[in-house]
Formats: sequence, structure tokens, C-alpha cells
Amino acid sequence: MNGNSAIGEAAIRAGCQCYFGYPITPQNELTEYMATHLSRRKGCSFVQAESEISAINMVYGASVAGVRVMTSSSSPGISLKQEGISYLAACELPAVIVNMSRGGPGLGSIVASQSDYFQATRGGGHGDYRTIVLAPSSVQELADLTHHAFDLADKYQIPVIILGDGMLGQMMEPVEFKHEAPEELPIRSRALRGAKGRPSRIIKTFTSKPTELEELNWSLYRRYQLIRKEETSYETFLVEDAELIVVAFGIAARIAKGAIKNARTDGLKVGMLRPITLWPFPSAKVEELANGTKHFLVFEMNMGQMIEDVQLALAGKGEVSFYGRPGGVIPTPSEVFRVVSRLYYQKGLK
Amino acid sequence: MRGYIEVDQELCKGCQICIAFCPKGVISPSNKLNASGYLTVLLNDSGECTGCAICAVVCPEVAIEVYRG
Amino acid sequence: MKKVYTRPRSLKRNPFHYCPGCGHSIIHRVMTELIDEMNLQERIIGIPPPGCSVFAYYYFDIDMAESAHGRGAAVATGMKRAFPEAIVFTYQGDGDLAAIGTAETIHAANRGEKITAIFINNAVYGMTGGQMAPTTLLDQQTTTTPYGRDVKLEGYPIRMSEILALVEGAVYIERTAVNSPANIRRTKKAIRKALQTQIDDLGFSLVEILSPCPTNWKMSPLEAWQWIDKEMTKQFPLGVIKDTTGDKDAN
Repeated sequence: MNGNSAIGEAAIRAGCQCYFGYPITPQNELTEYMATHLSRRKGCSFVQAESEISAINMVYGASVAGVRVMTSSSSPGISLKQEGISYLAACELPAVIVNMSRGGPGLGSIVASQSDYFQATRGGGHGDYRTIVLAPSSVQELADLTHHAFDLADKYQIPVIILGDGMLGQMMEPVEFKHEAPEELPIRSRALRGAKGRPSRIIKTFTSKPTELEELNWSLYRRYQLIRKEETSYETFLVEDAELIVVAFGIAARIAKGAIKNARTDGLKVGMLRPITLWPFPSAKVEELANGTKHFLVFEMNMGQMIEDVQLALAGKGEVSFYGRPGGVIPTPSEVFRVVSRLYYQKGLK
Repeated sequence: MRGYIEVDQELCKGCQICIAFCPKGVISPSNKLNASGYLTVLLNDSGECTGCAICAVVCPEVAIEVYRG
Repeated sequence: MKKVYTRPRSLKRNPFHYCPGCGHSIIHRVMTELIDEMNLQERIIGIPPPGCSVFAYYYFDIDMAESAHGRGAAVATGMKRAFPEAIVFTYQGDGDLAAIGTAETIHAANRGEKITAIFINNAVYGMTGGQMAPTTLLDQQTTTTPYGRDVKLEGYPIRMSEILALVEGAVYIERTAVNSPANIRRTKKAIRKALQTQIDDLGFSLVEILSPCPTNWKMSPLEAWQWIDKEMTKQFPLGVIKDTTGDKDAN
């Protein structure tokens, strides 16, 4: 099935009870899948909202009421959702937000790009917060990570972003779903469902006491430290003897893998690190790889965003080069292979 | 019908809406400031209060309790 | 003698932070009386806005969740869809519901969401210091219309209740005020009817309440209460704007 639909099916099997969305290319198959398959399920609700802003606020309301809930959009629509995501993070509410990125900035294009990396990993909205960001690079991974996202969101009471792109959403690949939809939809215990048998509860973040907000921020900070320790995830490919390591995520990693295989048949010792969690970023792994490898090539479909995290992680320990194509242009494996080869020889690597 | 009211002096903000609406004119400013600095109101001793509770209905602070008998 | 009037149980004992003569506390009291009388304390969830009433949760002893500015109707939609057994109400000012929240309000009404909107109309933006609201009257002075609201530059005051009456999913809309005992009693009746509309699953209900704001209108409390009759009701007539609750069968 196509990537967008796989996300929908995975969400349903994860016990997603509500979906609120708005049409935007290139993720409409997901919204439509939920309209077809979620809306008629017992206890479930689908709403095509009047805007992405309305949708994220519906997500907030449903999360307050304790259910598993999801929204999806693409880059410009995700910009609209930022205030809502900030509120979710502040109120420690779980939710899954899917961004099938497209070319930007502005109305941009409807083709895949990776230019929302900063938006996704740096909080994106106002305030000092983070969301977990997962970067799948295949339709199977879209399904697996969507399911995982709901579990992570509930475990840490945090919004989780799935950062896909238009190409992954449209690709058709075989998928195996490893879970069945639950009989009973999970309800969070801290939900607001009416003050029956307990004192009334408030969900808020506004405070007139700065120390109260400070304590909330530190509490979130400690949680983020825990997530960094426990949930960082990545994949390595042929890095053991690599002289040059490509760092790429999502669809770019698929393209890079093809290029690296070609490079290897030419005798070039190239490997790849593919971050799966973009936040928390696998900084420790990058630093560890720099013990054996001096040269890194960051390849992403933007003007240079993840490269900053790589540079931060290396702290000068290795040399970082960059290859990027912004604006929704999809590089080919042979193009990336040429870049890799040229860099390999330029740096005098054997 | 006889009645009387108790105005919580610390909740009263001296808006005097109760005075404006009291049909018997039995509420007056108290000449005292409460801890928040408001000039409060009180039932004056005229004995004309009927316990109609209009003052309690209009009081924004829910500062008035009404008795009737 | 027996006590004939006392504080509602669902109203917490915290002193109100509102200004002397403000309508919020009256409406809070009237609503908590209803929550007690209609036995809703265990079922009801309120959504206060950013604004003077952001602290509504210090007063209502019910589950409450804050909302982003203007998005109350969307938050209520999400809540009600996730948990239809709850009675969900938004409590919104004129900027919240009729400026930034216009789309969310109209569309929640259009979808016939079974929620209740309590719309506090005080013709200004109160908490932020008295700027123009969509409901500010013509020639009314506010901090962003220092020369008076000019129709050529700022347009007309907006009548949200009448606009929403055109939306089929909205089944009960009434405009009341809280500037006299009779109006306060009428407000309580209207909110009771609106909540009952939701309990009976009939559709979207809204009560627009003209509320005094002595501080930002630069009047004494009594003058503010009188200004509502003298000026506001000319632009915002009181009464039932729409009632199609009799036409609908409960779902």
C-alpha cells in the first residue's frame, strides 16, 4: 500500500481513536484513509476540520479527554499547527503529528523535501520544549514508527512528530503490520472526563508565578534528558571500516544507500549513519564514529539543517562536508555517487 | 416578611450595585476599608429588609448571604 | 429565619480577581448554581479562554482545560468527539469567539457539535487593557480607537449570534445581559436551556451575554451596568435569536 495509507492503518492498529485533519497535498491519502476506515469504528471519530489550526486544537481537546489521537499535514499546514503543538508540550499531552514534508518555504511545491528538520527538531513553536521526532525511510518503517509513536507519546506524555515526506507518502511498497487493532481503546488515567469520584482537575500552563513555570520547564527538561538516554535510535550501514561516512535521514538515506553500494563496488570505503530519531539526535553515536572515521558527508534535501546537529556532535573532532538540494528536487543515486566519489578523492582517502 | 443579610467584608469590593438595586434602601457604605482597600457596604439597622435577595443576585462577589423568616 | 441565599457548592471559595462590578463573577455564580441544580459537577468540562477569565478554574470546581486563544470551539469539538458523555462548554470573550475564533465557532456550529458556547460580550478586549473588539460600538473610544470607532476604518460591530443563527447546526442561541436582577435571572434560564440542549443531544447552543467592564469603559460599576441598557442593547438586542430545539429529535 502507499505510505500515507500505511500510516493510517498503523494508527488504527495502535488504538488511535480520533483523527482530525485538513486536506493538503501530498498527504491526502492519509486523511481519506482515516475518513474511510476510522470514522465508522466503534467509539472513534474523524473530523475534517476547517483548518490545520482547528485540527491541532481538536487534537488537544481529544488528548485532554484521554484518547489516542492523531493529525497530519504537510509543511505549510504544520507551520499553522505550531501554537497548538506548543500547548500540547506545555500541558504534557500525548499526540501524534504527521508531517509529510514538501518543498518550501511559502506555498513551495508539492514534491518531497526535507526542509522542515529545524521546525520539527527545535520545538517549532514558541517556548522551550521539544517533541520526539521520528524519521522513517520506507513504507514499512512508516507503519512501524507510527505504531511506536503512539506508545512513546503515552509513555512520556509528549507530542511525537513523524517527519516523512511527499515521496514516502506516495511510494507503494509491501508492508507487514505487526499488531492487531485493540479490542478496548486505551484511555489515559490523567484525562479530564468529569470530576466523578475525585477532586476536579485543571489542565493549564498559564501562571502568574514565574517560579511555577520555571519548575514546569525544568521538569520537561529532566524528561527530555531521560528520553535522550532511552529512546535515541539510528541505523548504521557499512561504517566499521569506512573512511567517509554519509549522514542522511528519511528518503535521502534511501537514495544515499544506492550511491554507497555503487561506491563500494568501486572500492571506496563509504558507510552511512541514518538517524531514526532526529530528536533525540544520535550525537553520541556520531562522536563515537569519529574515533574511527575523520570525514563525514551530510546529505539532505534542504540547504543544510541536520548538518548543524552533526557539527555540534563532532565538536570539531571530524571534517564535515555537505551536499543538499532544496526546493523539492529529488537527487538521484548516481548524482550522490558522483558527489561521494569526488569528495573521496578530493580528501585523498584510500 | 422579615429578613437580614450578611455582607462578607473581606469579599466586598464596594461596587455598590447592591445599594442601587435594593428596593428598600437598607444597604449603605460602611465607612471602613477592608484588607484589600475597598470601601465596603453593610446592612443598615433600619429593620426594613424583607430578605428579597435581590442584593445577593446582583452581587458580583457572592459576598452576601440572605436570611428570611 | 432561614438562609435563603448562599454560595453554590461548585463555586470555590477563592476571592474573585475580577474588577468591582464585572460581569464575569456573576456569570460564574449563575453557572455554578446551575451546575449544582442540574447535577452536572461530575460530568461537565469547561474550557476557559486567555483573557480576564483565564483563571476561571480557580472558581469553578469542575474539570477545566485551558485553550489557545480563539480555539475553544475546536478544543471542545475534540473533547466531545473523544468522550461524548461529557457536557462540554466553552467560556469565551468577544475577541476569542468573534475575532480570532470566528472560523472555529462557525464551523463547530455548522457541524452541529453538541457543545455549549458561553460568549461574554463586553465590547472591548478586557485583559489586555481595553483595545477594540469586533463588538466595539461605533464611536466607542478604546485604546486602539482613540478617536472613536470609525466605520470607514474599522467597520461595524459584529453580531455573532445573528450570524450563527444562519448556521443550521446551531439550534439554540439567545442573547442576554447581566446588568439587572431580571436580566441575571434571564441569563440563568438561557444557560440552563443551552446546557439542556446539549444534554438532550440536539446540537450547538450559544448564549451571548452582554457584560459590564467598568475599568475599560472608564465608568463606575453602576454607570457601566446602565450603559448596557442605554447603548449596547441598541446594537445587540436581547432575546432568543434562534430556537429550533423543538424541531429536532434527540439523536
